[in-house]
Amino acid sequence: MSALIEIERLTKRFGAFTAVDDVSFTVSRGEVLGFLGPNGAGKSTTMRMLAGFMTPTAGTARICGDDVVERPVAAKRHLGFLPEGAPTYPEMTVTGFLGFCGRARGFRGSALDDRVANAMHLTQLESVRLQPVETLSKGFKRRVGLAAALLHDPPVLVLDEPTDGLDPNQKHEVRNLIRAMAPEKAIVISTHILEEVAAVCTRAVIIARGRVVADETPAALAARGPSMDAVFRSLTLGDAAPEPERETAREVA
Amino acid sequence: MGGVLTVFRRELAGYFATPVAYVFIVIFLVLAGALTFTLGNFFARGQADLQPFFSFVPWLFLFLVPALTMRLWAEERRLGTIELLLTLPIAQWQAVVGKFLAAWAFCGIALALTFPLVVTVNALGEPDNGVIATGYIGCLMVAGAFLAVGAAISAMTKNQVIAFVLAVAACFFLTAAGSPVVTEFLSKRIPELAEVARAISVTDRLAGFSRGVIAARDVVFFASFIGFFLFANTIAVDQRKAD
Repeated sequence: MSALIEIERLTKRFGAFTAVDDVSFTVSRGEVLGFLGPNGAGKSTTMRMLAGFMTPTAGTARICGDDVVERPVAAKRHLGFLPEGAPTYPEMTVTGFLGFCGRARGFRGSALDDRVANAMHLTQLESVRLQPVETLSKGFKRRVGLAAALLHDPPVLVLDEPTDGLDPNQKHEVRNLIRAMAPEKAIVISTHILEEVAAVCTRAVIIARGRVVADETPAALAARGPSMDAVFRSLTLGDAAPEPERETAREVA
Repeated sequence: MGGVLTVFRRELAGYFATPVAYVFIVIFLVLAGALTFTLGNFFARGQADLQPFFSFVPWLFLFLVPALTMRLWAEERRLGTIELLLTLPIAQWQAVVGKFLAAWAFCGIALALTFPLVVTVNALGEPDNGVIATGYIGCLMVAGAFLAVGAAISAMTKNQVIAFVLAVAACFFLTAAGSPVVTEFLSKRIPELAEVARAISVTDRLAGFSRGVIAARDVVFFASFIGFFLFANTIAVDQRKAD
């Protein structure tokens, strides 16, 4: 099966600091890839480049065959993206905000209304549909962002910390939702909650200091050590040299 | 054009969803009315036209337009919504043009609400309404020029105060460049610069419009000025979107 997401030697440097260093992987339909790593490892930067928000220093990514650098608008059409922190326009109502996202994706009239209603149904937002987003709790805001990403039923979903700030019940709902959508889509979720990977992901990629340090199934990853936590720690800081970013910079220079 | 229209709608509705629109419009109308009738000697000059009003408009826009533009991109950055906006299938220039047009339409609404002045001169005398119409077109042109500069500055910074102060400075430069103080000073010392100052002055060009003249060179000036800064805005968004 052809991969819906192809990431090819993606690199991002900020001055001398290399945030993402030669990352490559592909995600096929039916896969849920858990993108793991400590804070500052380059997860969000990778996702931003994949979503066409940041321009890579080197390498590229393709979504459904469309290059994010060369054909950004076409690539974005295939993509549902939840940015880190689920930003939304605070003064807009939930319906207004989702309507805006739908119109930006080319839906009009009754098709737009159906899409918005469906997205609100999937994320259980009907009860707050006419409230301004700024009056909502953190969990609701996150679900508004999720609804915006799901609205157009995209073949590729990239979700940066989709369950952050949700209570245990809401986390459970979102995971069920991701599992239910998984068969027809290629999904990438970033998280630092390891139990989440075991619960929803079919594959885990661990990134540390901008490099991929593991790419296997959650079960294989857990089998490497006494616990998932221990494996994660040994992979992400076990062989950490002091000031690794300087070292990378010298390599580059 | 769908992308432009979508951004335009959201932005324009955004002004009216917050107190921004009402504060802006009320302050603009109060100041425009007060200045026209007091400093402008609207009654005493005994002429049925809106010259005093048109001459104050650039000075009002000088402060009020930067207040509109300062948040255009800086706010998107602060909220993180720029990441959402620019990952929708909309080209960057469409977002830039949509935001600009919404702000421009908003200024148009504020200008349109000064209609009681038009009613007043028509009640008091027999003004040339064609001249008044071209004067309004001139004001809209000035607003467009200020908005384009302010929006481009907003795209370059995350800080709204910096965006505001720099935009006021730029608009002041455009407004004051044609005033006698500046041009006389310059023509005595550096005559070459005096020509440049007169050429970029929006007040001189507005004076033409408010006398009823729509000169091709003025229209070309405003169109190319706005076009240039929208282009600069697109570049700035592209270069600095992720900062």
